[in-house]
Amino acid sequence: MQELLAQIAEQFPIVFRSLNTGFGQTLRLFFVTLLGAMPLGLVISFGSMSRFKPLKWLTRMVVGVIRGTPLMIQLLIFYYFPGLVLKTNIWGSGEAGRFFAASIAFIINYACYFSEIYRGGIQGIPVGQEEAGLVLGMTPMQIFFRVKLMQMIKRIVPPMSNEVITLVKDTSLARIIALQEIIWAGQAFMKGSQGISGAIWPLFFTGVYYLVWNGVMSWLLGKLEQKLDYFR
Amino acid sequence: MSILQVENLQKSFGATKVLDGISFTMEQGEVLSMIGSSGSGKTTLLRCLNFLERPDSGRILMGDEVLFDASDARTLRESEIRKKRLHFGLVFQNFNLFPQYTALQNVMLAKEHLAKERPDYKANKHRIHQEIEEQARDLLVQMGLKDRMQNHPHQLSGGQCQRVAIARALNLQPDILCFDEPTSALDPELTGEVLRVIRELADKNTTMIIVTHEMSFARDVASKVIFMDDGRICEMGTPQEVFENPQQARTKQFLSNYTSGR
Repeated sequence: MQELLAQIAEQFPIVFRSLNTGFGQTLRLFFVTLLGAMPLGLVISFGSMSRFKPLKWLTRMVVGVIRGTPLMIQLLIFYYFPGLVLKTNIWGSGEAGRFFAASIAFIINYACYFSEIYRGGIQGIPVGQEEAGLVLGMTPMQIFFRVKLMQMIKRIVPPMSNEVITLVKDTSLARIIALQEIIWAGQAFMKGSQGISGAIWPLFFTGVYYLVWNGVMSWLLGKLEQKLDYFR
Repeated sequence: MSILQVENLQKSFGATKVLDGISFTMEQGEVLSMIGSSGSGKTTLLRCLNFLERPDSGRILMGDEVLFDASDARTLRESEIRKKRLHFGLVFQNFNLFPQYTALQNVMLAKEHLAKERPDYKANKHRIHQEIEEQARDLLVQMGLKDRMQNHPHQLSGGQCQRVAIARALNLQPDILCFDEPTSALDPELTGEVLRVIRELADKNTTMIIVTHEMSFARDVASKVIFMDDGRICEMGTPQEVFENPQQARTKQFLSNYTSGR
């Protein structure tokens, strides 16, 4: 036991630096996904509520497929399909290409989940709110942005918090296309990297990063929920 | 000349005929009470006047302007309807205040958006905003809500909410202010304060249509009463005529049920 601890202490500086780099990539994927999926989700939710039936069914079908299949498979398909079938590498090469492909897959996947949350949030607003706006001569646009949006945001913060926390952990799936995120960085020390091999503790240790980051996210989202407590 | 003319409105929801040939007129300054049992079409009629429902046939005229003609596609366009709505104000049974805004913001919101359509808005932004705020404050003071302007709806009682809703509707200066059972969601104590406000408006010759189950109020405040039954106007006249000397058997039955039920 003591021997192991001593070994870990010795390896720690190297591992720590490596994991930090990996976690940087994890965070980049996390933020890019949120930034892309939140607005795209709104567009998809409008599609799924459209009065134009073909658009509504098409959107709902896409959402159904994306939600009904594993993100890991989606990552593989997004990354390999263009090269294998179309014989063109649309993603670009190396780590940048993997990141690009992973970002697109994550954004589409999360946008579909978000769209369902948004739809619930919008449809849960009493119809009287829209009618009150209409009677006051407001346009549908004004009613959405000035009346409904804030009420929707308040409604969706709790379910979105769940999704955000899931996303933090889901970024690890990008390991499947060898994106150099933190799991990849931890695993490298099993096979051998920077003079360390056969060490599994770095992989276990990555859990601490996820835990801390989720703590930060939960705290921030809790604050946001409190901030929105000024109306009911 | 009549300020409002409603001609032969018909409205069905599926196979159910909710309005079956409604015609009446209103004069400037008149207060019209609409009574009748639930499901008689009173609320649907109000919603048609505010274009929340689209009648299947019939016409609505304001002065000599045709606001709505079911047989004229030009009057059915959404952008047209939005402007015509402003002839009417509507106060809902359950207020429908915007919860994220204070009482004052609730009253100001729509007016601010309308102001943006004015050609001189950009140049006089600040002054216009101040005018709107001043006007909203005056209205809330008039509604007895001087100390409540900065409160959000959830911090207000039902009666206070309804008075904010009345101020909100009045702020757009509608030609006719409609009330859809304005006190049905309130307990008796709060009902009084809302009815008092409506009565004050009547004293100032505000043209109003009031759908209500408060019979004594309907009788006191109105200059004209319509009793609706099964989508039709069953009886129409002055409060004395309808309440003291009803001609139709159905009216007599309704009114006697009402008085014995109390």
